[in-house]
Amino acid sequence: MKILLIAESREGKVLSGTYELVAFAAKMNAESVMFLVGDEGVLPKYDGKLYLADGKTVGEYNPDVHKQLVLDVIAKENPDMVALCHSSYGWDLAPRIAYALKAAQISEVVDVVDGVPVVPVCNSKLRCDVKAKTAKTVVTLQAGAFGLSDEPSGTPTVEKIVVTGGGRVQFTGYEQAASGGVDLGKAQVIVSAGRGIGKPENVAMIAGLAKALGGEYGASRPVVDSEWVEHNRQVGTTGQTVTPKLYIACGISGAIQHLAGMKKSEFIVAINTDKDAPIGDVADVLVVADLKQFVPLLTEKIKSL
Amino acid sequence: MKILVCIKQVPDMESKFKVDAGGTWYAKTDLAWRMNEYDEYAVEQAVQLKEQAKDADLTVLCIGSDQVKETMKKALAMGCDRGAHIADDNASGKEPFEIAGVIAEYAKGKNFDLIFTGMQSQDRGSAQVGVLVAEMLGLPSVSTVVHFAYEGGAVVAKRELEGGIKACVKVQAPVVITCQLGMNTPRYPTLPNIMKAKKKELLSTPVQDLLKVDARQETARMYFPEKKGGGLVLEGDMAEMADKLIKILKEKTAVLA
Repeated sequence: MKILLIAESREGKVLSGTYELVAFAAKMNAESVMFLVGDEGVLPKYDGKLYLADGKTVGEYNPDVHKQLVLDVIAKENPDMVALCHSSYGWDLAPRIAYALKAAQISEVVDVVDGVPVVPVCNSKLRCDVKAKTAKTVVTLQAGAFGLSDEPSGTPTVEKIVVTGGGRVQFTGYEQAASGGVDLGKAQVIVSAGRGIGKPENVAMIAGLAKALGGEYGASRPVVDSEWVEHNRQVGTTGQTVTPKLYIACGISGAIQHLAGMKKSEFIVAINTDKDAPIGDVADVLVVADLKQFVPLLTEKIKSL
Repeated sequence: MKILVCIKQVPDMESKFKVDAGGTWYAKTDLAWRMNEYDEYAVEQAVQLKEQAKDADLTVLCIGSDQVKETMKKALAMGCDRGAHIADDNASGKEPFEIAGVIAEYAKGKNFDLIFTGMQSQDRGSAQVGVLVAEMLGLPSVSTVVHFAYEGGAVVAKRELEGGIKACVKVQAPVVITCQLGMNTPRYPTLPNIMKAKKKELLSTPVQDLLKVDARQETARMYFPEKKGGGLVLEGDMAEMADKLIKILKEKTAVLA
């Protein structure tokens, strides 16, 4: 089997998901070649053939242009499978390639068992084994599912490719996250609020426990989207990745995007009414309780220590 | 201006799921159903655009059994003008390519200026359908949009990337937009609008009339993931749990030292 790995870079920097693609190819025991729109001076560490389009010429991600470049490489290499990260880049580009190849696309693969991709459904509560019925398959890989290949190493053999034609979607620039205020990355203790807090007034309860523990409070995405907590306190893929000594998840079910941002914390406590919530998979201690009763009680006991 | 918004009815994700007798999807009994969360943002954005454009016509499309009409009525109460129900008692058995094929077949020749979808569904979560619809119709698409503006025939949008960064893009309509959470604040339908929605057009078309593509993948088996476990589970009396937890934190972490 031959897999074409669609590496990722942003503003000339190779993104770490690239190495998860390499780990995936190794797990599949497959031959691989890599595609990257990036910078010749900052090549991915990879022992294999790399088709490189110059990022400065191509510009940042443009769907039509990247699709055409990938299809040109596929025409040369005829891979059995195309693998991308399940990221804002991968999930945008993958269906375009799959459609052009008349291939099945299997999204957010977390494992491969006996050659069959496994995907999560219903907020990771369930899994499905999915089989492609087409000659070629496009897969996107869940971040972290295949790990980084130990210490990425190697130097690729570069074949430069050039772009023909432009795209219909015009990239006009990046907008960086608003900074300032709290830096969760430095906090030793983070107490985070999830949808389970129920109403904005209960943020104070979470902040109170954080304060009693000498830490900061954070939040999961739904709480930030509801504007109960400001974005610079959001933990997860589209917020901050944190590794405090203690992380307490209150009323957070544990969507993969949240877990990706906190699962490397040294000690994790989850407070949740649902014993089966996915957060339980990464928690050292799961307290099955209504946080609205438990958190104030715990806070008082800690204060009186 | 003609606008299409595609929605899906999904179970509340807090539900207790069971695998059905066929072993390839969840059982549909004993579940609370609602509009896919991502699609609520899509409907809101479509309604806002309709309000901005004034002489716009906004269709909401949903594939499923008669049960999905309840969710369609919510979209109509939020401000969609008409409902296109694609009647299919086996919608959950269709994979993303088939679903996209049905939507594209419906939209073909209708000259929609804007098509909105959620960036993914909460149950299957493939994140493919919107982009595939665009590919099938030969339209450009922008996925994972958290900010949307329409100015003189062009869409100015921001895509959400990882780490809080957004990519700003511009594209000429017609275009397909897939909506990310937090894009706007979906409105609650008011009582008068709920009453009005009951009188709006809601036509059903059998899915066979629109399904012209074959499935490209199949679900072989659905199951619950093995609990990675290892973690201690505390249940029971609140005060006892709090005392136990404090003891554990003292032993295992340095934060209470």
